[in-house]
Amino acid sequence: MSITIYVPSDTTAKALGADRVAQLIAETAANQQIDLVVKRNGTRALYWIEPLIEVDSEHGRYGFGPVKAKDVASLFAAKFWEGQVDHPLALGLVDELDYLKKQQRLTFSRIGKANPTDLADYQALEGYQGLRKALALEPQAIVDEVKNSGLRGRGGAAFPTGIKWQTVLNAPAEQKYIVCNADEGDSGTFADRLVMECDPFMLIEGMTIAGLAVGATQGYIYCRSEYPLAVENLNLAIQAAYDNNLLGADILGSGKHFDLEVRMGAGAYICGEETSLLESLEGKRGLVRAKPPLPAIVGLFGQPTIVNNVLSLAAVPFIMDKGAQAYADCGMGRSRGTLPFQVAGNVKFGGLVELAFGPSLRELMFDFGGGTRSGRPLRAVQVGGPLGAYLPESQWDLPLDYEAFAQAGAVLGHGGVVMFDDTVDMSEQARFSMEFCVAESCGKCTPCRIGSTRGVEVIDKIRAGQNVNANLELLSDLCETMLDGSLCAMGGMTPFPVQSAVKHFPEDFQAPVKQGEEA
Amino acid sequence: MTTLKPAAWDASVAQSIIDELAAKPGALLPILHALQDRFAYVPDAAVPLIAATLKLSRAEVHGVISFYHHFRTHQPGKHVVEVCRAEACQAVGARALEAHAKASLGVDYHGTTSDRNITLEPVYCLGNCSCGPSVRIGDEIHAYVDAERFDELVEELRTDVLEVQ
Repeated sequence: MSITIYVPSDTTAKALGADRVAQLIAETAANQQIDLVVKRNGTRALYWIEPLIEVDSEHGRYGFGPVKAKDVASLFAAKFWEGQVDHPLALGLVDELDYLKKQQRLTFSRIGKANPTDLADYQALEGYQGLRKALALEPQAIVDEVKNSGLRGRGGAAFPTGIKWQTVLNAPAEQKYIVCNADEGDSGTFADRLVMECDPFMLIEGMTIAGLAVGATQGYIYCRSEYPLAVENLNLAIQAAYDNNLLGADILGSGKHFDLEVRMGAGAYICGEETSLLESLEGKRGLVRAKPPLPAIVGLFGQPTIVNNVLSLAAVPFIMDKGAQAYADCGMGRSRGTLPFQVAGNVKFGGLVELAFGPSLRELMFDFGGGTRSGRPLRAVQVGGPLGAYLPESQWDLPLDYEAFAQAGAVLGHGGVVMFDDTVDMSEQARFSMEFCVAESCGKCTPCRIGSTRGVEVIDKIRAGQNVNANLELLSDLCETMLDGSLCAMGGMTPFPVQSAVKHFPEDFQAPVKQGEEA
Repeated sequence: MTTLKPAAWDASVAQSIIDELAAKPGALLPILHALQDRFAYVPDAAVPLIAATLKLSRAEVHGVISFYHHFRTHQPGKHVVEVCRAEACQAVGARALEAHAKASLGVDYHGTTSDRNITLEPVYCLGNCSCGPSVRIGDEIHAYVDAERFDELVEELRTDVLEVQ
């Protein structure tokens, strides 16, 4: 009987040469007449051992990694397909790896185990159980289940998902919409990408349930153009769902209707802001809308619309299948369930770490991340994307919880953790935050549009050693104006990384930059 | 690697692409993507065609094209090389890579080499944040790109003569 060899296929595994490895394994097996079947799975997202090759066996899957093309010959010499063999890249049973065992993968329970676009694989791993249960429920009962789970928006704002759904359910309209915000623009985040590339049916199932819950018959996934593989896999999965009556006019014979389409963004960070995203979906410039009215009342094409992040919608199938309580049992305080953290930047063991809320940032960066990749001391960490604060060592014991972070003037956001070693120049990072806002501001409100440009100029003066103290005061004023006067989080949060850099790393703003370095 | 060769501008082809998508709600972005996928850019000549079909003003169409970084209005080089500028890549040497890329290609961002082979673009995050610095060439993403690896990738593009039509 043939033995199945899994070779990962997400963007990072491919970037590390997984396609070539898959091809070489298949060719070598054919040449040596060994009965192996190469199957492409998603990824476990343990990126320092990618490409992680897995060998199926009766004891579980044995892992080898990181496998480069040049390692394939020695793997065959060691008869790697027998699983428990002696080889420098042998990792033992994948499920027994500490990094995985210490996690609580609820949303990511399937990731890396299956072929992402194979519906049979998805259903064999409990896929579509949530939808089947939802089809037997009244809309209000579905919304109640989501409310009781305590799920809060995973895009960053952490608004209770069930309450948003209730608002849309209560809004009378002929046409309602479900919009998935898949414009994952934050640096250091890739959890949305992983869902779309490695478990796209989970997102489709979550959106279908959302449609049933509020009476919406049309869904859109707004995915950023930087994720071509995500778009490709989503489209394959959507087609398979249509072919099997899991989307369309008569879902599983229930008479319920839900259509779903992927739309591609076009490289504008601001379109991750929900009202800007809606404008973009309508075919316009991504200008932010003033709120109220909320999108739940007046959303896409003026109709009641749920706009949820990928991870919020992806959590729904689990909640419907296992029950709200099973989800709410995880977490701390008002942060219920799990958050998939992404450990990135200058990190030794980077990857996806899905944990119940509560552990400290330090545990994430050291127990999981293993410290910096460079081996130098860790100096600063930016949590929550380009609009998140830079945290110094004194804040690394903060528990990973929405409220605890908010109290410390920081944000958990989408769970991205970007680590920097001691070579980082924090005045340069602060300048970049303002520069990024210049490039990405939609331009609608003045504090953001003009403030960011002035911010770059002032930081340049500080870095050049001109009137440092006076200019720091000016920068502080400018940050306050942006915080208080901006229409959305772009201008309103750009000061977070800037102010935190000034506050926690003042020495980087006092020394004039070396000659010739000034921008 | 292979690159899909973009087609030369053809107004009737463009019009048929526009017509095919015009009925979609919020059709403008899908149309612009389809045009750029076909022609490698959105030529100025496409603007009046889109405007007439969607019953928009040319200014509105131009406004949308210019809002989004992804859409370009000039023919790029044969290959587009995008270097990630975002924080996770900065933490592992992206600034040095950016400087190297500009110096070795002899162009700034949005510039094209004099042999029309490579256009250099910045990009804010490719989602490969545990294995940066990251570079995208066409639809392929590359991890752990230092100066040496960048030169190898560019060399492959320079010697890439085989094309899939």
